[in-house]
Amino acid sequence: MSTIPLAAYLILTAIMFFAGVYGFLSRRNMLTILMSLELMLNAADINFVVFNKYLYPGQLDGTFFALFAIGVSAAETAIAIAIIINIYRNIKNIYVDEVSKMKY
Amino acid sequence: MAEQIIFYVLAIVIVVFSILSVTSGRILRAATYLLFVLLATAGLYLLMGYQFLFGVQISVYAGGIMVLYIFSILLTSHAGDKAKKVSWKRLLPAGLAAVAGFALCGHIIFHNVYKVVETVATEPTMKEIGTAMMGTGKNQYLLPFEAISILLLACIIGGIMIARKR
Repeated sequence: MSTIPLAAYLILTAIMFFAGVYGFLSRRNMLTILMSLELMLNAADINFVVFNKYLYPGQLDGTFFALFAIGVSAAETAIAIAIIINIYRNIKNIYVDEVSKMKY
Repeated sequence: MAEQIIFYVLAIVIVVFSILSVTSGRILRAATYLLFVLLATAGLYLLMGYQFLFGVQISVYAGGIMVLYIFSILLTSHAGDKAKKVSWKRLLPAGLAAVAGFALCGHIIFHNVYKVVETVATEPTMKEIGTAMMGTGKNQYLLPFEAISILLLACIIGGIMIARKR
């Protein structure tokens, strides 16, 4: 048995996740919102791996969930940044409260 | 003992830099703090014995995604830009939501985690990961692997379509 308790990992990822929630709600720049989202996804990935290690050590389910979640979040970030750069090209800033029209 | 010390160092790094990353006024600094969080996460994977995830985390997150972020920050902001001041009326609900959510999660973790049975940990070898990823049997993951390859292809095409000049 590992010397680090399961709860320590869970509290750590909870702090990370809710730091992300705070940033997601309080930030106004789209890129920083996306970065907060990244923090939340990362916390969820760690939780998958921790539960895999502590509860089902012989299997690889949590590892693969984390692996595919990393892949999905990479795809999501790439598309989101493409959209943000497109918005910047059109209205010259990326603050969410100034992006109120979808069509130009 | 060494494991515990490494864990607590990584935990302090993650906590401090994730909070700095969402409160820092300068966006490039926020991105750098996020990079530190992602690297410390990779350290946690290595500490738990998942070498493959460590490599994936470093190469995809710390290598790929952070480069994208830094490029797009440099494209969309000017030197010395500071984040817009956000009024307290907006910060307060965000802080309350985060603290309340953390309190709820902490309560659940504190009162329920001892009920789960912890078992002896074994580290997966690269061979096991490879056969599990490329097999079609029970507990094997060829289908999601193919699905994610299609997702990445769609993402490449979508990225080109969205970002091209009209």
